[in-house]
Amino acid sequence: MVTGTPQGRHRLRTPLALFLVTLALLASLVLSTAFGAESLSPATVLDVLVGRVTGGPAADLAYDTIVWQLRVPRALLAALVGAGLALAGAGMQTLVRNPLADPYLLGVSSGASVGATAVITSGLFAGAGALALSGGALVGALGAAVLVFVVATAQGGLTPLRLVLTGTVLGSAFSAIASYLVFRSPDPAAAQSVLFWLLGSLAGADWHQLAMPAITVGAVAAALLAGSGWLDALATGSDTAASLGVPVRAVRITLFVLLAILVGVLVAVSGGIGFVGLVVPHAARLLVGARHRVLLPASALCGALFLLWVDVVTRILVRPTEIPLSVVSGLVGAPAFLVLLGRRRYRFGGNG
Amino acid sequence: MTVHLLAEGLACSVGQRVILRDVELDIAEGETVGIVGPNGCGKSTLLRILAGIRAPSAGRVLLDGVPLHRLGARRRARKVALVGQEQDLPSDLLAGELVALGLTPYRSPWSGGGSHERAAVAAALAEVDLADHVDRPVDRLSGGERRRVLLARGLVQETPLLLLDEPTNHLDVRHQLHLMHLVRRLDRTVVVALHDLALATTTCDRVLVLHEGRALSLAPPREALTPDVVNAVFGVDATPIRHPVTGDTHLLITPLRPEDMP
Repeated sequence: MVTGTPQGRHRLRTPLALFLVTLALLASLVLSTAFGAESLSPATVLDVLVGRVTGGPAADLAYDTIVWQLRVPRALLAALVGAGLALAGAGMQTLVRNPLADPYLLGVSSGASVGATAVITSGLFAGAGALALSGGALVGALGAAVLVFVVATAQGGLTPLRLVLTGTVLGSAFSAIASYLVFRSPDPAAAQSVLFWLLGSLAGADWHQLAMPAITVGAVAAALLAGSGWLDALATGSDTAASLGVPVRAVRITLFVLLAILVGVLVAVSGGIGFVGLVVPHAARLLVGARHRVLLPASALCGALFLLWVDVVTRILVRPTEIPLSVVSGLVGAPAFLVLLGRRRYRFGGNG
Repeated sequence: MTVHLLAEGLACSVGQRVILRDVELDIAEGETVGIVGPNGCGKSTLLRILAGIRAPSAGRVLLDGVPLHRLGARRRARKVALVGQEQDLPSDLLAGELVALGLTPYRSPWSGGGSHERAAVAAALAEVDLADHVDRPVDRLSGGERRRVLLARGLVQETPLLLLDEPTNHLDVRHQLHLMHLVRRLDRTVVVALHDLALATTTCDRVLVLHEGRALSLAPPREALTPDVVNAVFGVDATPIRHPVTGDTHLLITPLRPEDMP
């Protein structure tokens, strides 16, 4: 089903591509819950899910707990975070007009790591547990975003190059602060917990954790889609966009704020997960092209699918321990995408 | 679909540096006006001010008497289109999708392309001689094809005033003439920045020479580009020569001699 123009347009027809990825995602959501420290057969999983959804006779209680209380919320969280990171990556690449941009470009993740590290090393909120960690990360992330915004605006506006430079420089500064906090911490285990948090994890996901990322990802996705035509114009350059009647300044500021909130919430929930936001948007462009109207949904679906399976691998590769998500997303993802991208002499969204 | 363009006392400066001062323009409906001048003389800045995407530090632009810089962005984009020098385009965009961006001022920011849009895009691409390139990714286009696709993006915007910044860059000589012929034929008011003096002379109704931020008078090409003006502005010697076939007067540029080199 490749459209057959003589120019060799190797895109799937867009609705078909979106349909297939959605189908794969739904199937994966069910299948992935079979994997973990305890392997279950797909039939058992289906029993539990059917029982839960239809309100029929409950399946074996142990299986019910594993599938419904542990793995389903975790699979949903993985899909949400993956979708959110891919959306954020696509948005960021448009905002700074740079194919190498990833969701953490604005210093948001380093800011979050300062917040999280402060919580871990100070031990101030030890009683509050994971909630304090997420809270610290969120505060740090949003604080960093505000700082990048203020500095970039004061120095002449949210132009792509200025954002990249300001975000990168302030990001390094935040990383340094986080390192310093670890260094002077008396607790020898602090370094390890900080490292583990930075590399991302979905362990301990439960149903209550889903609401905030679900609302954020949903709201930001809706807002980005509502402005997809303007984002297309912005991606071709600010003069062109302005001459097409797009309020460039307002769109950039809105995009910045949306991305900062989205990435801040995602980092707070799952730590820093590398690679997804950088490369999934490129894979989605290969699939459906560069128009945001289809690129954004395709990115979100591919990101969800990708992180879902990455999370499965983290659970089963070194049983019964779990490895951090970034380790797997990097190890599995990089070679796979190099092959995928190299095959078409793909030019990474920019003018190679 | 043309418009009368009047610019009064336009000035522009960045910090201490004055880019434009006291530029006056009165361009009739349907006229094709060329702007020439050496690099850095303010051509692009003037076009961006005329396009309404940069505010002048003094003066105003009137389209049929309506102040351009008071219009909302969307209404302005239905009056003026600027085709700039955009070099790096998103490579996965198809030529047809790029041209369809010209319809942005006419649709809501969330809507996609309908079938009437496809017709408009196809028509615009046909005008620039690229009808069969709708589905070609922009990164597979040659430099010249890219310029023409960008022009089609401006055409599809359906504005009475069309501003073109060096539209003939990267074009071979046949496509330069073809493009300027197409621009002249348009039922629109066109202002075009050009590097090629011969092209400006043969294809524009009137020519504006910009020199160090000041505009010399807007005049028919042969009055605007006299050998004296060319020498003063560009620092080269030019001799008017009658074309043996067409009988038109052309400027023949004398090559620089070694002793003229700095």
